[in-house]
Amino acid sequence: MPFRLNIMLCTGTGCVSNGAFPLLEAFEKEIKKHELHGEVAVIPTGCNGFCAVGPLVVVQPDEIFYQRLRIEDVPFLVQEHFLKGRPVKKFMYTPPETKEPIPVMSDIPFFGKQMLIALRNRGLIDPENIDEYIARDGYKGFTKAITTMTPKQVIDEVKASGLRGRGGGGFPTGLKWEVAFNTQSDEKFIIINCDEGDPGAFMDRSIVESDPHSVIEGVLIGAYALGVKQVYIYVRMEYPLALKRFYRALEHATEYGLLGKNILGKGMDLEIEVHRGAGAFICGEETALIRSIQGFVGEAQAKYIYPAEKGLNGKPTIINNVETWANIPQIILRGAKWFASIGTRGKNGDGGSTGTKVFSLVGKVHNTGLVEVPMGITLREIIYDIGGGIKNNKKFKSVQTGGPSGGFLPESLLDLPVDFDELLKVGSMMGSGGMVVTDEDNCMVDMARYFLDFVQSESCGKCIPCREGTKRMLDILERITFGQGTEEDLVKLEELSKLIVESSLCALGGTAPNPVLTTMKYFREEYEAHVKNKKCPAHTCKPLITYTIDGKICVEKGHGCGVCRKNCPQSAIAGELKKEHRIDPAKCDKCGICYDVCKFDAIYVD
Amino acid sequence: MAKLTIEELDKLREKAVDKLRLRESGENRGRVIVHLGTCGIAAGGRQVLTALLDEVEKQGIKDITVTTAGCAGLCSREPMATIELFGQTPVKYADLTAEKIKKILAEHVVKGKLIKEYALAVGSERVG
Repeated sequence: MPFRLNIMLCTGTGCVSNGAFPLLEAFEKEIKKHELHGEVAVIPTGCNGFCAVGPLVVVQPDEIFYQRLRIEDVPFLVQEHFLKGRPVKKFMYTPPETKEPIPVMSDIPFFGKQMLIALRNRGLIDPENIDEYIARDGYKGFTKAITTMTPKQVIDEVKASGLRGRGGGGFPTGLKWEVAFNTQSDEKFIIINCDEGDPGAFMDRSIVESDPHSVIEGVLIGAYALGVKQVYIYVRMEYPLALKRFYRALEHATEYGLLGKNILGKGMDLEIEVHRGAGAFICGEETALIRSIQGFVGEAQAKYIYPAEKGLNGKPTIINNVETWANIPQIILRGAKWFASIGTRGKNGDGGSTGTKVFSLVGKVHNTGLVEVPMGITLREIIYDIGGGIKNNKKFKSVQTGGPSGGFLPESLLDLPVDFDELLKVGSMMGSGGMVVTDEDNCMVDMARYFLDFVQSESCGKCIPCREGTKRMLDILERITFGQGTEEDLVKLEELSKLIVESSLCALGGTAPNPVLTTMKYFREEYEAHVKNKKCPAHTCKPLITYTIDGKICVEKGHGCGVCRKNCPQSAIAGELKKEHRIDPAKCDKCGICYDVCKFDAIYVD
Repeated sequence: MAKLTIEELDKLREKAVDKLRLRESGENRGRVIVHLGTCGIAAGGRQVLTALLDEVEKQGIKDITVTTAGCAGLCSREPMATIELFGQTPVKYADLTAEKIKKILAEHVVKGKLIKEYALAVGSERVG
């Protein structure tokens, strides 16, 4: 008997930490109880992307989307929907504006504007089942390449597609391959870069977790084109689920003769070896990553010779990011023309940013999660249409693109198309696709300080400007947020930034000052308020704010109720019933509890 | 599993595609809805559904979705099913058995010939 329902249950890391596996068991138990196990199958899938509302399932064939499921919801859902065919409204996604549940996944705006290439199998297949990957045109791109194309044609196709590296730099992938192709050597290597270090970014993890074979197939195509026999994947130690699924995928691919000796009987050999990174941010940089694989300390190297000419063990080495590899099979299968028709193109019909990009949308938006969108979409569409706008009716302040060393962009740039070159022009970058949205409650000086702190502690220490310069910049920013900054400090910050960008070997130092430079450019008034008036307009920097009780409101409206006094952990509030209360600034440690508990809005922050 | 050749890989894909058909929004001719309210289940709706699914597999029908829905409102005539072929008026069948649903599948769904003696009504109630 064929299955009539497939319950696609998200088992990406986000949903797993929200209890997806116990939920899976509960579903299977309940389905068995109703003797539906011959008709209804539960399929664990990779990350669905809408992490904000997990754990979640999509019921196929009708594509009914259920969110925030708990184990106690399972019996009702199984009986009502899976048995009696009545979709259950109360578990559906309900947008905050309309209050009307949306049953079908693709009708939910979060999904509607997305376009999936790298993530085309997400939620549709079981990542641990190679047959399901094969069913969705899996390994078809590879067989097309080895049976109908020469290595040179493969490289030309990738070049024509306009694909640019998804790991951050945006270097044209085909060009990189061509350099390695033209370099004579007895041995060449491929490295899959899955050392995803940006805080809050999880594009690569999600691809490996939801569709590991797409990466393996991409690499097979690359290996065929470049004559590579040995591939390394560099995965973060912190990605246990991704690792497990990748190992499983390697096992299955080897079993099917898609890896190993004489692949598909075509005489090609390929091995993939997993190398686990220890969690250093710098090892996402390709030269540092190569050093790390060779057993040295992860430090960036000068790149006057590209790794494509002289990389691992001094041999030509192609390093591409996970997302880049996942795009390759589709480019070969569907053609460069198709890929290049998506996204943006330069004036001469070349360059630009083609295809799609995966972003991890986090911060103060309603719908946080993983989204894949065509290049050229505006920031506004991502944040408002897909992200559902800013939470709690707050005002948008900025969006940081490109990870910890990306720039913060203000509201006036929201209509900017997302494109490698456009983002660079305004002082930010594509990076690997992090997108952090802030609202009016975020202090931009403090945000710059936070990310500089991250980059500073992750600097490998090789170049003095990066190692010492970011430390001095951090000192200055800390002083400013403590109310001890001077106007001279602002000049120094700019000088140091310029110096670090110019004199660091790798992109870590080269981009580290971005958050500071962009916040100083677009949110200058906040720096000046901190430095000149010793005030923090967003009320975030504690040394710069004071809590005060409006005596009149306190007595007239609140009758000196004393709730603030009773709740103050510092005993900094004095007053009696029916009389005005006062905060002693010397004792107040600015925790904000009084502000939260006052029902009469008698307390204000300045 | 022995190592595959390209031809074997293609064959394996063809077989695997069937398993995933449910999840793809492909070319579909319509759907058969078995009404499985409490009344439908009590009257033997589950057996009708099982027989239907078996027959769909046996005949290799790939362009029809089999699904369930709640009580159709006429509990005394359960088990019931609705045949919805796209572009045609839906037809409701009543007092079904495993045998009847197989015949409906063969005649109505596959050949497009309505079986008058089993049919309850042509068309659906208005909604709203």
